[in-house]
Amino acid sequence: MDLFIKKRIKAIRKGDQNAYADLVDLYKDKIYRLCYRMLGNRHEAEDAAQEAFIRAYVHIDTYNPEMKFSTWLYRIATNLTIDKLRKRKPDVYLDEELNGTDGLTMQAQLPSREASPEEAVESLELQETVQRAIDQLPEKYRSVIVLKYIEDLSLQEISEILELPVGTVKTRLHRGREALRRQLGHL
Amino acid sequence: MECPKEIVSLMHSYFDGDIHPDEERQLTEHLRSCAACAAHFYELNKTIAFLQCASHITVPSSFTATVMGAMPKEKKAARLRRWLHAHPILTAASLFCLLTVGSFASSWNERGAFSVSADEHVIIRDHTVIVPEGQTVKGDITVRNGSIRIEGTVDGDVTVIHGKKYMASAGQVTGEVEEINQVFEWIWYNIKERVHHALQSLE
Repeated sequence: MDLFIKKRIKAIRKGDQNAYADLVDLYKDKIYRLCYRMLGNRHEAEDAAQEAFIRAYVHIDTYNPEMKFSTWLYRIATNLTIDKLRKRKPDVYLDEELNGTDGLTMQAQLPSREASPEEAVESLELQETVQRAIDQLPEKYRSVIVLKYIEDLSLQEISEILELPVGTVKTRLHRGREALRRQLGHL
Repeated sequence: MECPKEIVSLMHSYFDGDIHPDEERQLTEHLRSCAACAAHFYELNKTIAFLQCASHITVPSSFTATVMGAMPKEKKAARLRRWLHAHPILTAASLFCLLTVGSFASSWNERGAFSVSADEHVIIRDHTVIVPEGQTVKGDITVRNGSIRIEGTVDGDVTVIHGKKYMASAGQVTGEVEEINQVFEWIWYNIKERVHHALQSLE
């Protein structure tokens, strides 16, 4: 598989666009899934996923072959979706940490919109409930949760994607889990 | 009642998959005796289970085509290279033909001196080969840069390259007679000869 990707990238660097179509096919579902869980709706997710692939192609010369190609691609897509989330107008910056609360954010203090067990009983509704809970996470926790539980990546890979130390990734993961527990733990 | 921070931290280490065995023992013991922590742990477990059974959505089938359609314009050199790679046999064959024709064409200019392939039973006078009346030449005759006059019989093919052939009324050629005075005929003649020799060697 690695050789397949390496050959494609060589060809792409020489300007062969068709070789890139193979890479798009290989990763399109993963990237789309990531974008969907980060942004919360399919339409935006599709746009973001396309943008991520085009951006990766345009900047292919900056790709360092020492890194896994998927890691690099995930990084582009994650940064892109986080940017889009930040451009949405929040009234309050929910991810700002409040003084004296030892790392808890305002979002954590707000009563969460709890779905009643009946609401979540259908599998489809459960999916929506889960997504809505993810949607309420601040983007820096959201990205870690999505990369870990939706994309099934290791903490090491996540730290490479987000360019953060593993310790920071763990902290954000723990806080993300706690925030989601408040939303989903009672179901 | 809030769970002690250290215990919650252990829970998270557990879910990260890198809890130390001693710490795991400590956590298990505490959970056995503390209902609040046990509930907390249970809720975390459930939350993770919900996340992990999130459906695996897929892109619409037109996705790749749409992406490729929105790509920046390709460099011409790359497109040409790609076409050549995609048609290797065609490329090789046309290159071969080009070289072969080229070599034939250049050899036309090296016609050189008069020569004839057969000198038995023929009279050679002044760049003209004569097959006398009553004579039979068995085999092909090829005359280069000269002419041939056939008054007798040739039991084979007659080829004249850059010259003329004259057939007397009594003259006979059982095979084919050919005059080659143009470079294209020369090329065609060579191709035929090659094919002919190739087929002969196969028999």
